[in-house]
Amino acid sequence: MSRKILHDHNHDGIDRRGFLECMAWAGTGALCVLSGGVLKSYGLSDPRQAAKAMAAGDLSFVQISDSHIGFNKAANPDVAGTLQAAIDKINALPMKPAFVLHTGDITQLSKPEEFDTAAQVLKGLKADHVFYVPGEHDVLDGTGKLYRERHGMNSPGDGWYSVDLNGAHFVGLINVLNLKAGGLGYLGRDQLDWLEKDLKNVSSETPLVVFAHIPLWSVYPDWGWGTDDSAQALSYMKRFGSVTVLNGHIHQTMRKVEGNITFHTAFSTAFPQPAPGTPGASPGPMAVPAGQLRNLLGITDVNFVRGQHALAVTDSTLAEMASPMMPGMGSQQ
Amino acid sequence: MRFKLTILVVTFVTIATLFASRSALNAAKPAPGPSERGSYTITIKNFEFSPRDLVIPVGSKVIWINKDEEPHKVAEVNSTFTSQPLDTDGSFTYEFKATGKFEYFCTVHPRMTGHIIVGGK
Repeated sequence: MSRKILHDHNHDGIDRRGFLECMAWAGTGALCVLSGGVLKSYGLSDPRQAAKAMAAGDLSFVQISDSHIGFNKAANPDVAGTLQAAIDKINALPMKPAFVLHTGDITQLSKPEEFDTAAQVLKGLKADHVFYVPGEHDVLDGTGKLYRERHGMNSPGDGWYSVDLNGAHFVGLINVLNLKAGGLGYLGRDQLDWLEKDLKNVSSETPLVVFAHIPLWSVYPDWGWGTDDSAQALSYMKRFGSVTVLNGHIHQTMRKVEGNITFHTAFSTAFPQPAPGTPGASPGPMAVPAGQLRNLLGITDVNFVRGQHALAVTDSTLAEMASPMMPGMGSQQ
Repeated sequence: MRFKLTILVVTFVTIATLFASRSALNAAKPAPGPSERGSYTITIKNFEFSPRDLVIPVGSKVIWINKDEEPHKVAEVNSTFTSQPLDTDGSFTYEFKATGKFEYFCTVHPRMTGHIIVGGK
């Protein structure tokens, strides 16, 4: 696999091929540290680095995603076990994160017992709060009733919400309901109106962190990896100095910098999916040789953006990011 | 006499040929086609409906079977029919009692679409 950036179509320091290669198959989560209004993410496989980052930052939290509790096929017959492994890594951090963020697909089939199992495992987290947004697997009933009963936080509409924490504004969006034939993820007019109104009350200097399950940027529309009306949502964020968008859904890390906005996608705690556009592949669970799945846990990407500058992270290679044994490679800027 | 015998032989051969053809047709009876009412199967595999477009007569049943490891959910765009979530090997059957063109999709993976055209009897 090539590890060099070959084309910079958007003049943002990232070429498509390059950022498609800057990913990993599966992992436990990412530690996010907000420092000076800029969000950085770190792998959980290097406790020393995590400690340093947490001590220096204003706010740190962990993102996990796509636990798919209830899945039992070859790609990972023990998804509760790998979720537990993710929790163990979070609990082993030198400082307790402010909260944990789960970006959806908590369950495989939206079954009550799957939600219950996930809750039981997540109860072991040493964190004061867990914030959620649903994935499409959590709302298979078409309304997300079971999800909202557990994680809805009495939020308006289909469950979107915002929270102010440590000087940052966090927005949870729902883009897995009311999907249209032939379309991608969907936010809808009501949510967009709410978002516009919500952000009007936030100063441009406030760091903005937006999270939703399906990527809010077009990762690979042929596989449904994008959101139809995300451009409208992102237009409301242009005036902010620092915007970070965190998504799940694609079970691999990717990032893109577009103007003031940095996009991240997270690892799954359950199973990998193929790289987008892999010949003959589809966006479903991908089995890897026995023993490899857990060997890949703990890897993560790194990001740093200020204004319109895409940084050296675009030069990161899959091998560098994927190797928890390589000292000093867990963070770049 | 010889003329009558010839006619008899020709008649026998013709009838025998007709029977043989009919038997062969029955033995290799094709799946129901657009003009034949019956059950039609649409397989869901690799995030695609196969066949994606289907023409059937009124009164036919269509069965969707999920062969993916991902759940899918089949829904007509105007909610004429909607399945439960279909896990691996799960199926959904709908009987088309009226003519029309029906566009459907997977509500979990909406890029997956298909059409069913229901013709006359």
